[in-house]
Amino acid sequence: MGDEAPRSVTETEVDFARLQSSEPFRELKKRHRSFVFPVLAAALVWYFAYVLLAGYAPEFMSTPVFGSINVGLLIGLGQVVTTFVITMVYVAYANRKLDPLAAQIRDDAARAEVR
Amino acid sequence: METEIGNPWLNVGIFAAFVLVTLIIVFRASRNNKTAADYYAAGRSFTGPQNGTAIAGDYLSAASFLGICGAIAINGYDGFLYSIGFLVAWLVALLLVAELLRNTGRFTMADVLSFRLKQRPVRIAAATTTLVVCFFYLLAQMAGAGGLVSLLLGIPDKVGQSIVIAVVGALMIVYVLVGGMKGTTWVQIIKAFLLIAGAGVMTVWVLALHGFSLSTLLDHAVETSGNPAILGPGLQYGVSAITRLDFLSLGLALVLGTAALPHVLMRFYTVPTAKEARRSVVWAIWLIGIFYVFTLVLGYGAAALIGPEVIKAAPGGANSAAPLLAFELGGSLLLGLISAIAFATILAVVAGLTITAAASYAHDIYASVIKKGKAEAGSEVKVARRTVVVIGVVAIIGGILANGQNVAFLVALAFAVAASANLPTIVYSLFWKRFTTRGALWSMYAGLGSAILLIVFSPVVSGAETSMFPDAHFAFWPLSNPGIVSIPLAFLAGFVGTISARSKEDPAKQSEMEVRSLTGIGAEGATQH
Repeated sequence: MGDEAPRSVTETEVDFARLQSSEPFRELKKRHRSFVFPVLAAALVWYFAYVLLAGYAPEFMSTPVFGSINVGLLIGLGQVVTTFVITMVYVAYANRKLDPLAAQIRDDAARAEVR
Repeated sequence: METEIGNPWLNVGIFAAFVLVTLIIVFRASRNNKTAADYYAAGRSFTGPQNGTAIAGDYLSAASFLGICGAIAINGYDGFLYSIGFLVAWLVALLLVAELLRNTGRFTMADVLSFRLKQRPVRIAAATTTLVVCFFYLLAQMAGAGGLVSLLLGIPDKVGQSIVIAVVGALMIVYVLVGGMKGTTWVQIIKAFLLIAGAGVMTVWVLALHGFSLSTLLDHAVETSGNPAILGPGLQYGVSAITRLDFLSLGLALVLGTAALPHVLMRFYTVPTAKEARRSVVWAIWLIGIFYVFTLVLGYGAAALIGPEVIKAAPGGANSAAPLLAFELGGSLLLGLISAIAFATILAVVAGLTITAAASYAHDIYASVIKKGKAEAGSEVKVARRTVVVIGVVAIIGGILANGQNVAFLVALAFAVAASANLPTIVYSLFWKRFTTRGALWSMYAGLGSAILLIVFSPVVSGAETSMFPDAHFAFWPLSNPGIVSIPLAFLAGFVGTISARSKEDPAKQSEMEVRSLTGIGAEGATQH
């Protein structure tokens, strides 16, 4: 686990206000929020669509599709599939877009402290 | 068949073997528990996959296994909502909470919530909500233990069941006292593996009996139960406008509760970095998702091979669907194994909850508030151990009182309380710059208070045949799950409290929290041994 372990920088040594307004940090925050908020919103809309359909449109959900497997069962299993897909997409995004930038900001902070 | 299922001695033997093996592991794992970080956070030494398996072990409680299987076997599709809600909820934890929390806190939820607000009042509030949520969750697990005993060990009378609840409680106190977080984590890992493997074997078995066709299984379930409605929604919640609203309320509580459960949040601190916290959640999501697909097959399998009427009549009621199915498939031996796993599940979850509640009291109330951060080295862990004993005793008494209640349902109440009391404050303090102490306190107390009041005045507690007090009548509130009111109310209270606050919080602390949460600067890493 060594390479990811954060440096032992204590709070008094780092100028957090400066870091917060720095360009790399603002970019990191933007990348994080522009992924997390819309994706979570979409997942919750899809989930509540399922809950509302199950609650208020039971006839539609009971429509058979293959043999006795009905729409409701397929939408329910679809929730499982979308949860897996979102998880994998987020991990790929975080590894590619978030982690390198966060590591760079940590390095910069450690260097600023030495100076 | 109704009076005695399987061979009680075989059940006890398999269970005792499990306890012995895990106790040895707990003793070995706990040899270098020295500091508070060791005791609460296992020295932050677990890897993502290990911790992810432990999260699954913590999360897949008796409610998930016994409760959901029973709900699907009896109420058909309506039971499936629990599975979906419990799983989709992990996206909230993964995307919004896990990594940011790992980067900002040390041991408990209150560490994060009080980071940039006034320490004392916020810590007290957060520790209070933690203790209440843990208490509700503990009640559910203990009630499950009691209900199961009647079926598995052939103990029909209340006194005998109460003794078993006390034994289960005493065992869990030993685990937590000796093992701390490291020992508890290993128990969770072993149990998660056994539970998922056991459910997997039964799932393949049930499918094999039906030519590996889900459709044939569903047809068989309809045939045995004599009710085609079990395949569609509405059997339990489609009765009236009120029950439909109750269904929505349950759905809301399930999806927003997970990311606010203190014992789940605490698990993020047992890994060295935010990246490992992310990997743990990914592992947990896969394991939990696969398990819930199994429960769908097992639930309908129990409906097909045993039938809802027989399950309802069995001792233990709906909670007995999975063990009855095991007996039907593999006789005494499989029943013994599955019942040992079910017991282990309860034991492990109770241990996880207890250590969370103890950490919350010792770290947030004792060390930070009573001793004002100046507790002597070692005394905090000593207080945590004493708290474990107190919580254990309270859980045993509560479990004896709640014996016979519906397990999945009681857990859903714990989710509703967590989502109301904790989630708004967690989200606001991580993402809203202006958020203030007053906002946090209003939100936590409004969420906690309204959720509990609505539960007390709901049909869960009084007025209905299935209530805790069926003969009393003070159920003024028709919904059995409070989420649909208490969750929005808590978000609103946090918003209004913040907007109306005159004093502003320290902007330097806000900068620090935001930078640390996203970058991991200054987060405590793994300690080297």
